[in-house]
Amino acid sequence: MTADRADDALPGIAVADLVKTYGAVTALDRVSFSLPRGSFTALLGPNGAGKSTLMQILTGLFAADSGAVAVDGLSLSENPVAVLARLGIVFQQPSLDLDLTVAQNLAYFAGLHGLAGARRAAAIDGALSLFGLGDERRTKVRKLSGGTRRKIELGRALMADPSILLLDEATQGLDPASRRDLVAHVRALSDRRGLTVLWATHIVSEVAAADAVIVLDRGRIVASGPPAQIVAETGAGSLEEAFLALTARAGKDRAA
Amino acid sequence: MSTVADAAARPGRVRHAMAALGAITTRETLRFVNQTGRLVSAVVRPSLWLVVFAAGFHDVLGVSVTPPYQSYVTYDVYILPGLIGMVLLFQGMQSSLALVFDREVGTLRLLLTAPLPRAWLLFCKLVAGTVLAVLQVYAFLAVAWAFDVEMPPAGALTVLPALVLGGLCLSAIGLVLSVHIKRLENFAGTMNFVIFPAFFFSTALYPLWRIRESGASWIAWAAQANPFTHVVEMVRFALYGQAAWGNIGAVLAFAAIAFAVAVRGYDPQRGVLGRAPRDET
Repeated sequence: MTADRADDALPGIAVADLVKTYGAVTALDRVSFSLPRGSFTALLGPNGAGKSTLMQILTGLFAADSGAVAVDGLSLSENPVAVLARLGIVFQQPSLDLDLTVAQNLAYFAGLHGLAGARRAAAIDGALSLFGLGDERRTKVRKLSGGTRRKIELGRALMADPSILLLDEATQGLDPASRRDLVAHVRALSDRRGLTVLWATHIVSEVAAADAVIVLDRGRIVASGPPAQIVAETGAGSLEEAFLALTARAGKDRAA
Repeated sequence: MSTVADAAARPGRVRHAMAALGAITTRETLRFVNQTGRLVSAVVRPSLWLVVFAAGFHDVLGVSVTPPYQSYVTYDVYILPGLIGMVLLFQGMQSSLALVFDREVGTLRLLLTAPLPRAWLLFCKLVAGTVLAVLQVYAFLAVAWAFDVEMPPAGALTVLPALVLGGLCLSAIGLVLSVHIKRLENFAGTMNFVIFPAFFFSTALYPLWRIRESGASWIAWAAQANPFTHVVEMVRFALYGQAAWGNIGAVLAFAAIAFAVAVRGYDPQRGVLGRAPRDET
């Protein structure tokens, strides 16, 4: 397969037997999953579960000790540039330059993704209009609220027309209303644009709208499937109860 | 969703690479312009050396006829290339500091996940730092000119290639440091072990023969092994329209080695960046 060709039958993201260790600590332990194209999947796990490690491997920032990652059928290790061109990423840590204006930040991203001239201007307008932030174009990011910054980061992640959207604890630091709005926006974007979304979070209420949930705990997948299926399989009354039961059970299993 | 047609609409590789170079250089320039104190200190620091230090030793430490000089030169003339080197050195370290800062605040991730070869992205950072360094050198040269420091009229032009090469070399060394400096608060301490030895164990303040004559042979040896010495000598000859090929070769070699080490350091497969602390899991 060439770098630019994508077969619609292939999964958006395919992860096989991923292992990552930091010294004696195993952050990811033979993690495997496959996300259908256009699906909205939540990666749910408590703090320290390995979500950020997984996200950093998917974005090429870290290398796995072993295992394979493919995006739209392209191997990350063999075609890292082509894979990165397909990803839109919202990092856990804010990544806007506080001392530049919103437009300068977006122009920087556009340049990194090869957008110039009229395409760059259109991409910047598109990112700003996504959340109606056109008036903030010349505002320094430092002056914006955390919620507005997150919206700009989400708009920025979509500027280069990615097929995959990765969000790592994207609602961190946001109030409940802003969190709910952001989740709703991403869900709508996934439906409208056919984006494959992987949303990493530890907040159960954010994943109710997901097509599927992958529960990660201490580097291992302890459950996966549609939210209703996970609730049914654990015999819990809600997804939150199921999550608590699964992560507590995994802890006991390991302690034993 | 991206399709084959979308892929065809994507920019060509060269155009993409140039767009990234423009974006990175623009960002670094905007950040520099926004930081007035940095701009002022970049000119004031070498100017103070020129006005206070060189003026004090003006008649004491003159240099006899030594290439590229055709006659006896006063100390302020001798020290000028060293102070130009100081501007390049500080900017190189500032670029390193900017990378450590970017890593701490999260903006480095944006750079490293751009769909371009990582070596090119790091080279763009070198070029951006060098552009800023060259601009600062010319601001300093204007001050030197205002203080009547003698320099061939064409020197400001003939020195440009040396400034670019020297800026790239010292920025590449800064890039290597940025791989290993994990936190911003460690930066000042590390710099004390880089900037001051690099400057003092070089020919910036005294010619090599004078260091040797004074019996400090180990300092002379250290100065010869110091990349900063070669940058300073390359600049010194370039100011007089001459190419010091030995120094140019050494600067190229140091730049290439430092860049290769930095690229390796930023490679998640092999470098230290792939080893995250436990709190990042």
